[in-house]
Amino acid sequence: MTEKRFMAGNEAIAEAAIQAGCRFYFGYPITPQNEICEYMSMRLPEVGGTFLQAESEVAAIYMTFGAAGAGARVMTSSSSPGISLMQEGISYIAAAELPCVIVNMMRGGPGLGGIHPSQADYFQATKGGGHGDYHLLVLAPHTAQEAVNLTMLAFDLADKYRNPVMILGDGNMGQMMEPVEFPPPPKTEFSKKGWILDGARNRPRRLIKTLYLDPPVLEKRNLAIASKLSEAVKNEVRFESFMVDDADIVIGAYGTVARIAKTAIKILREKGVKVGLLRPISLFPFPYQQFAKVAESGKKILVVEMSLGQMVQDVQLAVCGKTKVNFYSRVGGVVPGYDEILREVEKVVKESG
Amino acid sequence: MEKGKVKGIYEDVIMAGFGGQGLMFIGKLLAYSAMKESKHVTWIPSYGPEMRGGTANCTVVVSDEEIGSPVIPRPRAVIVMNNPSLEAFEPRLQSEGLLLANSSFVTRSTTRKDIRATFIPANEIASKVGNEKAANMVMLGAYVACTGIVSKESINKGLEELFGAKREFLAANMLAFEEGVKFVKEKCPKTK
Repeated sequence: MTEKRFMAGNEAIAEAAIQAGCRFYFGYPITPQNEICEYMSMRLPEVGGTFLQAESEVAAIYMTFGAAGAGARVMTSSSSPGISLMQEGISYIAAAELPCVIVNMMRGGPGLGGIHPSQADYFQATKGGGHGDYHLLVLAPHTAQEAVNLTMLAFDLADKYRNPVMILGDGNMGQMMEPVEFPPPPKTEFSKKGWILDGARNRPRRLIKTLYLDPPVLEKRNLAIASKLSEAVKNEVRFESFMVDDADIVIGAYGTVARIAKTAIKILREKGVKVGLLRPISLFPFPYQQFAKVAESGKKILVVEMSLGQMVQDVQLAVCGKTKVNFYSRVGGVVPGYDEILREVEKVVKESG
Repeated sequence: MEKGKVKGIYEDVIMAGFGGQGLMFIGKLLAYSAMKESKHVTWIPSYGPEMRGGTANCTVVVSDEEIGSPVIPRPRAVIVMNNPSLEAFEPRLQSEGLLLANSSFVTRSTTRKDIRATFIPANEIASKVGNEKAANMVMLGAYVACTGIVSKESINKGLEELFGAKREFLAANMLAFEEGVKFVKEKCPKTK
């Protein structure tokens, strides 16, 4: 066991990245994730890495693209408006099949919005965001410790699938301090990166590009990416099932909202209400089967999000009309209290008689 | 000081006042000290575009179990160091909840009859022991005396570790903490 450290989510993610071997970070400041930049600027020089504050998010994502192409473990981070600016570059990185980690500490939108917590970038994160057929792998921690574990995992998944991986948190998670431990990062062996650009001495040249003007060639590229992502869909679904087995009502929530829901569940269980939580940890791939199972066993579902209804669409897709999917949300940077979630669950109980 | 897990330990508190009164710091110190006692803790600040001179608050949860919500709509305790904070958090306090107000800045009394309220002239007390800036520590002492959520030794050790280079202020801060404990024990004999 390593010693517990008391750290904000943002710092914990940055330290986890460094321990996972990240040696390059490019970013541009934006609240509520500035502590990632700050921490990287302090720590990366200590481990012989490079911190660079870019002139914009657009520049930061293309620097990330470059470092990934050279075979480095590289990360960038931002918050909602900055992530929007990065979308072109993210699409290019996905097209070039390069591994990198992107952190989005979501804040209220649209537009400049606010600086308080939100989950309104779910569609952008899980359904593409940039143009063209691609997906990010998306991981959503709900505690600082889980943020550490998932950040380490993210680098391995990025290498394994040669695909950008997003850590999707929110302002609350970034600012909150909790005890964290740093387990030794997973030692995963990967085949030597045979595609990196490191100078073509004594070998044929390599090319990383995203322009394919011949449709059949581009189609082949698209299908290759699709086939790789379908492997990820098979292998990388992650979720937590919390008191679901005997539950009559299952809350669907991720990230900050999920941990708030756990408090509501604890209070409700003491009152004798059988309620549980199905918490997607990977948002892409999404645990469709697990929600389908919940619906098939006749349990009621309540999805709670800090968006006007984004993840709830994936839950509806999963349950396919087999049970009613109730929905509750707060938006604009307002975080739902456990008392509100508690009331919503009681409402669902009453409605179902 | 570890006695292993005691069942059913749980406290939450919101600490609020002007930026610069040291509320964020005593919140962190409380959480850090409780962590060193192997408790689960969360510390979450209010964050906004304005800090110095504006109002600031943080929420601390301490428990012997995994903490769900770090955000507390109806806290068990509030520490307020100015009038706006009393206005903001007095209505949110649970019934039977603990209100600790720094009467050096808070000029009105409580309007609620269903809470336990203690008014502490923290700045005056801190001045008397040599450092008015340690008024936050007087309030923390009062809170720890009322709840018993962490030991004095853990606070002392936590303070040493978090203070780092500013060691010359350690003694005055610890003294202020103890004055807070003493004030509560004299004024509220029922306190454990």
